[in-house]
Amino acid sequence: MAKAQRSEPAEPVGIRRATAADMPGVIALDEAVTGLRKPEYWREVFGRYGAARRELGSFLVAEAAGRIEGFIVGEVRAWEFGSPPCGWIFAVQVRAARRVQGLGSRLFDAVCESFRAAGVDRVRTMLARDDTVIHAFFRSQGMTAGPFIQLEMRLD
Amino acid sequence: MRLQKATAFALYAVLELAANPARQLTVVEIADKYGISAHHLAKVLRDLGRAGLVEAVRGVGGGYRFAGNAKRLTLMDVIRLFEEIGAETDAATPLVAGQDIAAGLRFVLAELDAQTVATLRSISLSTMLKLIGRRPWAVTPSQPPARQSARQRR
Repeated sequence: MAKAQRSEPAEPVGIRRATAADMPGVIALDEAVTGLRKPEYWREVFGRYGAARRELGSFLVAEAAGRIEGFIVGEVRAWEFGSPPCGWIFAVQVRAARRVQGLGSRLFDAVCESFRAAGVDRVRTMLARDDTVIHAFFRSQGMTAGPFIQLEMRLD
Repeated sequence: MRLQKATAFALYAVLELAANPARQLTVVEIADKYGISAHHLAKVLRDLGRAGLVEAVRGVGGGYRFAGNAKRLTLMDVIRLFEEIGAETDAATPLVAGQDIAAGLRFVLAELDAQTVATLRSISLSTMLKLIGRRPWAVTPSQPPARQSARQRR
């Protein structure tokens, strides 16, 4: 998440499960933040975790006056390298003008509640090491380093 | 990772003062609480004052109070005033051709440094104070799964 701009009027923001009609707004917000347009990816994510597939994960949106202001996506994963079932957050975005107003925290709390409802007691995530803003966000929610290490190599 | 004494004293003082920005504390009050040298801490606080993180309050009951933005200042911002973290110093030393062992070791140690820097940059003073309030060290940490033996994996 880039540096916040605070000029946006503060219409009430509601958090709810994503619907198919939200996807254009999600795609546009993701493109605005990341600079990459990924419509096929987001439709596939919605197909897996959208309103009709809630047992697999949570795709939540923050909406105000018909506009998508943020979203968060997570799922319960189990037994990857021996890890008991836990919640995994793999996407979170908040519109720049809506940041530093607690909206990211509300989305985080909502997805954690969905994980608790699914019966897990731990939440994890993975993020780019140089993305200080999103790293600081997750730290501010209380997340700390976990017992797993991420590794990679080139496949030449 | 071990911090130099001055760096640790600076973090104690800044976090102690940031926990209650309206409160002012003397050098002796902070030094007594942490069992550290008041003389050394006084020098550290002067450095923190020059950096704008704390301000001296003069007169009766004087001392220091926090003067920064706890939501913006990170642990790295404080540490950098007193020491450099490994990657910054190593990168300044050129490698000579043929020193593959040295290059390999530097590559692995740089992994650790990068993780350290990312962690210290991501924790604001405000987040650190919240973490202290939660006392996570008093809770049993999440454990990695028990390793399987080669026989079990087969």
